[in-house]
Amino acid sequence: MMIQVDEKGFYGNFGGAYIPEMLYPNVEELRENWEAIVASPTYQEEFQSLLKDFVGRPTPLYLAARLSESFGAKIYLKREDLCHTGAHKVNNTVGQIILAKKLGKKRIIAETGAGQHGVATATVCALMGMDCTIYMGELDIKRQRPNVERMRILGAKVVPATSGSKTLKDATNEAMRAWIADPVGTHYIIGSVVGPHPYPEMVARFQSVISEEIKWQLKAKEGRENPDLVIACVGGGSNAAGAFYHYYNEPKVRLIAVEAAGHGIHSGKSAATSVLGTPGILHGSKTLLMQTEDGQVIEPHSISAGLDYPGIGPVHAHLHEIGRAEFVGVEDEDAMKAGILLSRTEGIIPAIETAHAIHALHQIEFNANDLIVINLSGRGDKDLETYIHWGNY
Amino acid sequence: MNRIDYLFQTKKERILSIYVTAGFPNLEDTLPVMEAIQAAGADIIEIGLPYSDPIADGPTIQESNTIALENGMSIKKLFSQLLGFRAKIHLPVVLMGYLNPIIQYGVEEFCKKCKELGIDGLILPDLPMSHYLEEYKELFERYGLFNIFLISPQTSEKRIREVDEHSNGFIYMVSSHAITGAKAEISPEQEQYFERVAAMNLSNPRLIGFGISDAATFQLASRYSQGAIIGSAFIKNIKNSNELNRDIKAFIQGVIG
Repeated sequence: MMIQVDEKGFYGNFGGAYIPEMLYPNVEELRENWEAIVASPTYQEEFQSLLKDFVGRPTPLYLAARLSESFGAKIYLKREDLCHTGAHKVNNTVGQIILAKKLGKKRIIAETGAGQHGVATATVCALMGMDCTIYMGELDIKRQRPNVERMRILGAKVVPATSGSKTLKDATNEAMRAWIADPVGTHYIIGSVVGPHPYPEMVARFQSVISEEIKWQLKAKEGRENPDLVIACVGGGSNAAGAFYHYYNEPKVRLIAVEAAGHGIHSGKSAATSVLGTPGILHGSKTLLMQTEDGQVIEPHSISAGLDYPGIGPVHAHLHEIGRAEFVGVEDEDAMKAGILLSRTEGIIPAIETAHAIHALHQIEFNANDLIVINLSGRGDKDLETYIHWGNY
Repeated sequence: MNRIDYLFQTKKERILSIYVTAGFPNLEDTLPVMEAIQAAGADIIEIGLPYSDPIADGPTIQESNTIALENGMSIKKLFSQLLGFRAKIHLPVVLMGYLNPIIQYGVEEFCKKCKELGIDGLILPDLPMSHYLEEYKELFERYGLFNIFLISPQTSEKRIREVDEHSNGFIYMVSSHAITGAKAEISPEQEQYFERVAAMNLSNPRLIGFGISDAATFQLASRYSQGAIIGSAFIKNIKNSNELNRDIKAFIQGVIG
């Protein structure tokens, strides 16, 4: 079965655009225009040039020799942590800001959880001289002070979301409300493969540069484009969508999606949506969602703020439903240990989101000498506080 | 005949619809508040189904949603409160809510229950026209429920015509680029939009909502449409009330004069 989005924005049973009428013109404008704009030569020229010289692409595909040895497989790391601003998030913000400019938008808004997408958005707004407002949960503002200050240094206004649970989902609600309030002049840069159609596909397409590069890099190094496994962590799922994108329809490549199991999948403090979620609608799309029996959204938990989202992108809900991707839940404590492991074996301190993907190596079966690519989605600088607080190193 | 149609046939102007969140300010206030709204002279009652993530609502209604959920409100609870309410309430009653809790309840079961209880229509801001037509229209019609569509200043003329074609009851005109309760005054640009839509000679009546809060804004909205919907201002009025009947009467009579 081909995995691709249909005309109405569905991947199988998931997706769509469940949005208030007030947002209809904005979303429709985007839906009608984005593909043509992105395909145009002037867009591509600017996009490719910024990816190369501003973001620092292509990012290396690095053979992690000592890690490989300890797991008895050949493990490559796709070094998205070396992107400007420290994570894959910037691939999408560069893509969307050029689009916003071509659509004649003057102002950018975005939501952020831990602040990585907020920083990546503030960065490209500074680059383009565009007005930038970032919505961030009041609780996250307190927890992620350095990223708040990075955004401010870059000239963005950071607005606290004070409703509901005061975290990422509430920041997303606030950003949507702000978009309703200024539908003509504002573009909303959503940071993951979530939201109403066409966002999930558009963000995945901007992130698909990851698997596009893996293909030719692997060909050069190993003489084959396809690894046996691709492993990536999933919150909303943008880095996973990027790493899986060009392998969706290569059934021999195993796709491993790693979720945050928090204190344990059934502990009540987890973000393992594929297990705990049921179909529902959040932020404009039908997807798997952590919710009560009454359909109220549940606040998830993960030690890593980037995986702390009550839903997953509709494409991942689909990959899960049809069994195309294998979902693994990694607990807080194990992710922290994997972060230390990668630091000590390869000299790379990963983001705690990414550390979940590393730990999956302990939890899945694979054959000796399998060729494995792990998407190293971000670096750990932003998580120093969490590492220190954990302290077990 | 649906009570909404009957209302618009018998009353042509200055129709007032009052929004209140179910289970607010206290869990068991739903029915007493509805009775007070009817006694005070309003024409339609809109009951909000509280949701954890109400993206089209401003701070006042968001807060009332949070409080109602903390009070223990749910669709099941509301339906149990509404059992037999038609013995007391003759006004048209519309439920306003977000799609997710209704999907979890079961859409068909929800519609069936609405019909049994005597609900007349639904306002579901995150159910856009295309999804409605494909997935829900037939079901809503089977159970005699009117689906009320929203239009905003950004809605194109072509789309307004489409909305008019598929509407039952009335069209909910969102007054501005805003979420509920965001503005207290009506600007000249908004008046131009009201005029533009009024001149389209739509087949459905229109009520204007968002930013309508008092006698002056109700008066202005009524000049360009059949009436208006008040939500946030009403919620503010009853939030700290310890004499609901008195405060609701004073508020509504203050608006309609």
